[in-house]
Amino acid sequence: MLRFSVFCAALTAVLLAEPAHADDNIATVGMILPMTGQQASTGKQERAGAELYMQQHGDTVAGKKIVLEVKDDTGAADVTKRLAEELIGNDHAKVLMGFGLTPLALATAPVATEAKVPEIVSAAATAMITEKSPYIVRTSFTLPQASAPMAEWAAKNGIKKVVTVVADYGPGIDAEKWFSETFEKNGGSVAEKIRVPLKNPDFAPFLQRVKDDAPDAVFVFVPSGQGAIFMKEFVERGLDKSGIKLIGTGDVTDDDLLADIGDPALGAVTTHHYSAAHDSPENKAFVAAFEKANNGMRPNFMAVGAYDGMAVIYQALEKTKGDASGDALLAAMKGMRWMSPRGPVSIDPETRDIVQNIYVRKVEKKDGALYNVEFATIPDVKDPYKAAKR
Amino acid sequence: MLTILLDGVAYGMLLFVLSSGLSVTLGLMNFINLAHGAFAMIGGYATALLMNRAGVPFLATLPAAFVIPAILGVVLERTLYRRLYGASPLDQVLFSIGLVLMAMPIAAYLIGDEPQQVHLPTWLSGRIELGGVGIGVYRLFIIVVCGAIAAALQMFLIKTRFGAQLRASVDDARVAQGLGINVDRIFAIVFAVGSGLAGLGGALSADVVGGIDPSFPVKFLVTFLIVVTIGGANGIIGALIGSLLLGVLDVAGKYYAPSIGAFIIYGVMVVTLIVRPQGLFARGDTP
Repeated sequence: MLRFSVFCAALTAVLLAEPAHADDNIATVGMILPMTGQQASTGKQERAGAELYMQQHGDTVAGKKIVLEVKDDTGAADVTKRLAEELIGNDHAKVLMGFGLTPLALATAPVATEAKVPEIVSAAATAMITEKSPYIVRTSFTLPQASAPMAEWAAKNGIKKVVTVVADYGPGIDAEKWFSETFEKNGGSVAEKIRVPLKNPDFAPFLQRVKDDAPDAVFVFVPSGQGAIFMKEFVERGLDKSGIKLIGTGDVTDDDLLADIGDPALGAVTTHHYSAAHDSPENKAFVAAFEKANNGMRPNFMAVGAYDGMAVIYQALEKTKGDASGDALLAAMKGMRWMSPRGPVSIDPETRDIVQNIYVRKVEKKDGALYNVEFATIPDVKDPYKAAKR
Repeated sequence: MLTILLDGVAYGMLLFVLSSGLSVTLGLMNFINLAHGAFAMIGGYATALLMNRAGVPFLATLPAAFVIPAILGVVLERTLYRRLYGASPLDQVLFSIGLVLMAMPIAAYLIGDEPQQVHLPTWLSGRIELGGVGIGVYRLFIIVVCGAIAAALQMFLIKTRFGAQLRASVDDARVAQGLGINVDRIFAIVFAVGSGLAGLGGALSADVVGGIDPSFPVKFLVTFLIVVTIGGANGIIGALIGSLLLGVLDVAGKYYAPSIGAFIIYGVMVVTLIVRPQGLFARGDTP
């Protein structure tokens, strides 16, 4: 009997404590990131980027208080999906953001569509992601966007024969396809296309094969975090001394890893949308504030993706005068233009993908540290995958 | 061609040091220790952290990479593992995989998720030509060190009194016990040495696999088990030849047929299981 009455009391307490509705003046941003596991560096950078934006711009926009809820999906797609549902159902999140890998962004797409909640993809970079839900907006980049300019630059700079080495999953295949097609269109030849397993990569035998093929350059895409092991093997095999140039998208010379990679990276030419060494007052302020807030950690392209993700949310809320319903926010985001630390950017109103400058950079030593130093700019690059479909 | 072979041998040697402990504990104690990789991780961390945080030179960290997991191994063996010696294989598997699941978040909490890199000294990096064959200096170093370890282990097993007791215990623990051999003590020592070797293997492999991170114990779990499957679970020679075979096949497969290369070792395992389920080099009467 006593047990039963205790149970009733507890039940009553739970029922009374349950809040009837979310506070209308709060707009929760649910950020889902891999904070542990192999992609943890992505999560750390993304979170720091989003928090820095809030720290600089206050937490109130058009009368709404912004609350950032960061959840760890450990890089597993089923967890991402469940967290997205919980964030929308329990926390009344108005926007979802993050997504460290392509499969994680794809798993959330149907949730975003059904709940009519904007899904800001601030990390994953396979081109077709934005086609999977009309509520997806991207603030990172696409692999075709970064790979095609590399092919054009290589063809113009005396590189005739290339071997491609990519991680065997969505973005890697995107990079391989767009580099090869563009390079061949510009008169180059791709001698071999090698795909390396995504998990536990052992680059040694693959790079030995590249060496024996003796191309002018090797084009590489590996996900953020694997650059160090690739570069190490590149040098140990003596590829740097055999005159094979290293070219790729900026993922392999990630700002976050560059210090760890060390001198072997010197001279690598990559195309990407962001370098911590980008020469603009906006970027200088961004890098200084980021390093100050994060114990000297250097921001990479993931941090900028999240920083700009928050910028999109803040500006959209301002435009809708505080209306945080999904369709209103989405309409406000389409066609938005702003000045990012990476340079001028905008959201393509048709594809909801980011339009941005792509920079050609070379790893050089600057003030004793390694940086991707930009030396050429291709302005306003749209994702070529969607442009080609049109 | 020879470069590929030498790379394969180096990889195989590494696999041998990493998994020899497992194959001996499995053969000797009939204990399925899936947490073997956790000891390798601890050895790898010992080297990486001593180098990066305390500035100890690479070679000087290797004894620590052996001793720390060995001590931990003995402590766990005395307190936990021995309770399960007679238990069913399922209990052993559940227990040891539980240890792995605990070791990973503990490592992530204490050390962090990002891989800890081991920066080799300059005299170990780079590449040399040996009679027209190019090979990485570090890979050569691995071959020499691991080869020496394999030889020392084999000598120890064959020439010493302890080795004889060990072999007797492997063959029949009950009779050995009856003859006055302290099987319990042998178990503890072997477990410690096996854990220590795993730790040393973890330290040596850190550079090749791109740093030590908390997921290390599961990264190599399958590879360990394949080595034991192929080599058979009761001796140094079986483990050595199994490891070398796997290493060479894996590297050569990835070189000559990049698109299917990663699957070759699994193919070899399947064939072995069909043709000789007790392992290529095990004596036929293994239960």
